[in-house]
Amino acid sequence: MKFWRTPLDSDRVKVPHGRIHIIVERCKGCAYCVEFCPRDVLEMSTEYNQKGYHPPYVKVEDDCVNCRLCELLCPEFAIFCTLKEEEEVGNKEEVGHVESRS
Amino acid sequence: MSNGKPSEEHHPMEALLRMDRIPHIWCSTCGLGTSVSAFALALEDLQYDLDKICIVSGIGCTGRVAGYVKLDSFHATHGRAIPFATGLKLANPQLKVVVFSGDGDLIAIGGNHFIHAARRNMDLTVICVNNFIYAMTGGQVAPTSPLGASCSTTPYGNYERPFNIPHLAESCGAVYVARWTALHLRRTAKSIAEAMRKPGFSVVEIICPCSTLYARRNRLGDGLELMKFYHENSIIKHGADPRDVDIDFQSPIVVGKFVDRDRPTFIDGYNRAMTAKLGEKFEPYGVAPAEVHDG
Amino acid sequence: MKADPKGVLTGEHYLDGDHACAEGGLAAGCRFFAGYPITPSTEVAERIAERFPMVGGIFIQMEDELASMCALIGASWAGAKSMSVTSGPGFSLMMENLGLAAMMETPCVLVNVQRGGPSTGLPTLPGQADMMQARWGSHGDYEIIAISPSSPQECFDFVIDAFNLSEQWRVPVLVMTDECVGHMTEKVVIPPAYEIEVVPRRYTTLPPSEYLPYRPDPDMVPQMIKAGDGYRIHTTGLTHDERGYPVMSAECQEQLVRRLVEKIRLHADQIIRFEEDEIEDADVVVVSYGISSRVAVRAIALARKEGIKVGHLRLIVVWPFPEKRIHELAKKIKAFVVVEINYGQMVYEVERCAHGQAEAILVPHGGGWVHDPADILEKIKEAAR
Repeated sequence: MKFWRTPLDSDRVKVPHGRIHIIVERCKGCAYCVEFCPRDVLEMSTEYNQKGYHPPYVKVEDDCVNCRLCELLCPEFAIFCTLKEEEEVGNKEEVGHVESRS
Repeated sequence: MSNGKPSEEHHPMEALLRMDRIPHIWCSTCGLGTSVSAFALALEDLQYDLDKICIVSGIGCTGRVAGYVKLDSFHATHGRAIPFATGLKLANPQLKVVVFSGDGDLIAIGGNHFIHAARRNMDLTVICVNNFIYAMTGGQVAPTSPLGASCSTTPYGNYERPFNIPHLAESCGAVYVARWTALHLRRTAKSIAEAMRKPGFSVVEIICPCSTLYARRNRLGDGLELMKFYHENSIIKHGADPRDVDIDFQSPIVVGKFVDRDRPTFIDGYNRAMTAKLGEKFEPYGVAPAEVHDG
Repeated sequence: MKADPKGVLTGEHYLDGDHACAEGGLAAGCRFFAGYPITPSTEVAERIAERFPMVGGIFIQMEDELASMCALIGASWAGAKSMSVTSGPGFSLMMENLGLAAMMETPCVLVNVQRGGPSTGLPTLPGQADMMQARWGSHGDYEIIAISPSSPQECFDFVIDAFNLSEQWRVPVLVMTDECVGHMTEKVVIPPAYEIEVVPRRYTTLPPSEYLPYRPDPDMVPQMIKAGDGYRIHTTGLTHDERGYPVMSAECQEQLVRRLVEKIRLHADQIIRFEEDEIEDADVVVVSYGISSRVAVRAIALARKEGIKVGHLRLIVVWPFPEKRIHELAKKIKAFVVVEINYGQMVYEVERCAHGQAEAILVPHGGGWVHDPADILEKIKEAAR
């Protein structure tokens, strides 16, 4: 994570990182998780599961902030997040621009 | 719903689900599973003793919710979830009773029970999942189907004015009324938790995508397209006058918390009236833990 | 176990049948009542509404009979003994959730103070034309227990019996009285609580990990729990397995329906009750129940005076039907004369069980009043010929 300007409370803020778990055989391929992930972590796979649906796969896990939106939106209870680590924000370099994600 | 620490192997919802019944019967891109997750999130927030929470459903797609949630769960007859819940609540007022059912079940065949439970302010939380159609039976018109919507029994478009559920609930006396879409699950969860904390008749309407019947019949894509539609067309307006939150076909949907007020519950009213009339002869009902009436 | 003295109004009273039903419920430990006003049954609800606040019960007048019957089931699952009362049109509405009570195996008691029908019929006058509806009224296959009082005293006694049967067999039990008994005022003796036997609910002693809500005991009846006790059970009106989970298969349907039916049929001898009088030498047996049995007594006395050998079989428990006894009697007698305020209901059961070995003659009555004993006498004479 890079900042235009280091936030004043950066010594107190920790950015969580999540690990995403996909229960492939439970998935019915609705793509809610892919569509609404605020960090675009997921993408639909071209593979099929046993039911014949395309499950999602994790494109860039490092970007996951463990917000659990995919977990909560998933109508099949087929995806969930656990906390991998919390990243200290304080000692990040300032790069002079906001990293755009979209 | 976490049961303590997150596990690497199990979905946190598994603690609240009857896993021996999963996968559920709902179609791909149906929003019902998401609505159940919102309920679970609310329970996580409330931290109530889950053994004291009962869930009652009627018949229909949403009616199946009671069968998947690992609480004392009752799958009643079509339209009768509210009277069943009324019996549970009155016989043991220590229970928290949630009715989780669909728009057809609660507002059409169960409409009379809905309005009377609201009128008498029965201490129940009603989660009404509204998908605008009778989905379980194959896409017939519902009392919530927007004007013009195609249903199997209105093949030329619906020509009956639909119910506006928040307005109905509010005008009949509900103390808490909110509406969200299945996409707003954190807000839905917050509303469900508020509703369950609130003594009296509380209603949370969840607008929910039905891909197989509503979306398909009306050429709206699938559930994902409807979720995107909610994303772009929901207007959050807390405190909106419920008279102004009608839903037209593919019109913007006003969501938010519309009603939050205090009225004595059925049991409050009963205790108040009986104490006033009967004095010492009457012992207030449901105040102490309920007795076991087995003889 | 013995009745909770709190609800028992011990003493000698002058009560009508409806009020006696209410007192029977109170004595049996009923503490939840949901109902909807309907003539000629409303006095039961009125008395309950007056008495419940003093005994820790809760009364609610629901929006209709559909809701009333369903609320009983909810209340029963929360641990209360629950009861409702109605008459013809309301009885029709209650059929939906009577089926749910049978399917969920929920103890509860429903009193039907019968009036003339069909439809709105004769609200203020008697009938006995809901007897087959009592047996078959809800859709699908199930067995039910129904009991028919003929006096206010029996209204009191039989409502207690109804609760006991309901708890023992986990079925809804119907008390099939009528306008005449409901509004007839007579002496009712309410014994002290320690003389009233009540059957406690069949609560499980198993821990939640071992408990299955629909695993039957050897007598085919499963053990129950009450909501809030930590068992986290599921129960449904759908065809279900021992876990209470819906299973949409012919095998599961067979297993469930068979048990629902057989738990009553195979134990019918323990449930059935009737009274016999002057039956030993009889050529003709009058079969009756409820108010009609009191009229029949007069006709039988007149017939005996004329030298006709006639006996009386009064049904107390009408469902399950005493088919064995009717069959036994059929071998010995010429004919049955069935007295009921309808155009033929229980008479068909008598005919069925007589296996053609004795005639079954109906004394029909359209409702609105009881039989004239002379009409019964005439049929007795016809039967004796």
